Amino acid sequence: MIEVQGLVKRYGSFVAVDGIDLNVEAGEVFALLGPNGAGKTTTVEILEGHRKRSAGVVTVLGEDPETSGRSFRERIGIVLQSTAIEKELTVREAIDTYGSLYPSRRETDELIEIVGIGEKADARIKTLSGGQRRRLELALGIVGDPDVIFLDEPTTGFDPSARRQAWRVIDNLRTLGKTILLTTHYMDEAQNLADRVAVIAGGRIVAEGTPETLGGRAEAETIVRFRLDAAAAEMLPAIGERITAGSGDDIEIRTPDPTRLLHLLTSWAVEHGHELATLTVNRPTLEDVYLRLAGEDPGDE
Amino acid sequence: MSSRPSLRNLIWGQIRYQNRIFWRTPIAAFFTLAFPLMFLIVFGLVLGSEDIEETGLTVAQFYAPALAVFGAVSATYTNLAIGTAIARDEGILKRVRGTPLPPWCYLTARVGSAVYMAAISVAIMLVAGMIFYGLRFYAEAAVALVITFLVGVATFAMLGLLLAGLSPSGDSAPALANATLLPLAFFSDIFIVTGSDTPAWITRFADLFPLRHFATAFIDGFEPRFVAEQANWVDHIHWPDLGVMLLWLVGAGLLALRYFTWEPRIGEQRSRKGE
Repeated sequence: MIEVQGLVKRYGSFVAVDGIDLNVEAGEVFALLGPNGAGKTTTVEILEGHRKRSAGVVTVLGEDPETSGRSFRERIGIVLQSTAIEKELTVREAIDTYGSLYPSRRETDELIEIVGIGEKADARIKTLSGGQRRRLELALGIVGDPDVIFLDEPTTGFDPSARRQAWRVIDNLRTLGKTILLTTHYMDEAQNLADRVAVIAGGRIVAEGTPETLGGRAEAETIVRFRLDAAAAEMLPAIGERITAGSGDDIEIRTPDPTRLLHLLTSWAVEHGHELATLTVNRPTLEDVYLRLAGEDPGDE
Repeated sequence: MSSRPSLRNLIWGQIRYQNRIFWRTPIAAFFTLAFPLMFLIVFGLVLGSEDIEETGLTVAQFYAPALAVFGAVSATYTNLAIGTAIARDEGILKRVRGTPLPPWCYLTARVGSAVYMAAISVAIMLVAGMIFYGLRFYAEAAVALVITFLVGVATFAMLGLLLAGLSPSGDSAPALANATLLPLAFFSDIFIVTGSDTPAWITRFADLFPLRHFATAFIDGFEPRFVAEQANWVDHIHWPDLGVMLLWLVGAGLLALRYFTWEPRIGEQRSRKGE
């Protein structure tokens, strides 16, 4: 449904997107995960046809968004990051007005039900809260019954309950077999919604996979953390990949072989009379993976 | 894909919805429809029922059509510039751009709605002039008036879209629209009648712009002496004035193509950084 090869976007000397490859299958929910400034929005807006690319090949629904026209826009739905809706219209009028632009459209009442703004259906948009407005935008994004839906940070600024509700809406869309590309900088959002995740940082995709396997998470090394004073740490046997984390005495060791490492470590400590304070053994969370990946190549200026 | 809406339905639908927004924006409705009428009332009170020296016209016979032109220009130039620049900054234009609505249909509907409001404003002014101020209407000039109106509002609508394109933000559009329109209105026979006392360079300067041509062509349709001199309805048409306006229309159109954008300008900095 969405194919991207070698996508580059430059603004003068600034490279916002630096060679991205993506492939989103029909019916898939795909998340672009990355910090602010990573190039997520630029990428999505190129796929939507809002921006021109500097280089690369982009195909959405078999068309090049840059040159496509009305028929392309009849099949995509867009929820932009920050846009207004005419605030003097009511919720119902806005859905009717935008719905009238599409050849096949979903019923206004059905949409109001799906996004859960029934109590505001006949209220002017200017009286809506931020979360209600965002849900209306979601309704406008799918009013034309699109095959591909772009959601640019759909829940940024939501409180936790509004966020859960939005997730339910997006999950509903998945069950309808829609292809969804969403951007987010929330780990849990990607984990909850996406079938596949690509981590983007500094305009590049630094990892791609399912939320479970992202960044080699399945095979990733176990992290052993403990505290040891500097003098004793000098004497530590060479085991695993040692990373001194944080201030002075905190020690972090990565290993593919935790049983052996722990055996060596604890027997060494007992033998020499050291206490491994705050000893923990962890599998990396998606957040660890993300922070490591995003941090390696910071996207911010 | 069988029931794709026709272009005509799309445009009508959009005009209806622009009109609805207009009526729900009291400030725009007030300035377009009531404000010119207030000028007529004030001028009527201040100047009384005497004839205006230079023209031999009654106050109403000059000011009703002059202020009708002002209302028509407010409805097109001012309202389109402000409304479109704000819609752009709010991201409404960008949202529209992401829908199947062809961009030209959207702009056509915006202009169509503005022209409709201009017609209402002119009608209110002329009817009020006839009922309360004894404004005389000459049927033989009607065709020329309609043509002048259409060329005038088309020109000022295009200038309004151009100004929206040139406005750095929606907030600055009202200031820009008023700063360009109001001073010119004083030189262009809208608020003050230019006559033999007026330095020639002022009228020559004003004649460079389309407003005085719009006003002259429109007011002449209500000028008893001018009307009496014309043999038939074609003679009422002010070809040179229409020509100047059409030149502005074309020029504004070309520049609007260059400067009009659908992307919000606020937040441009942020988007330049890659978000």
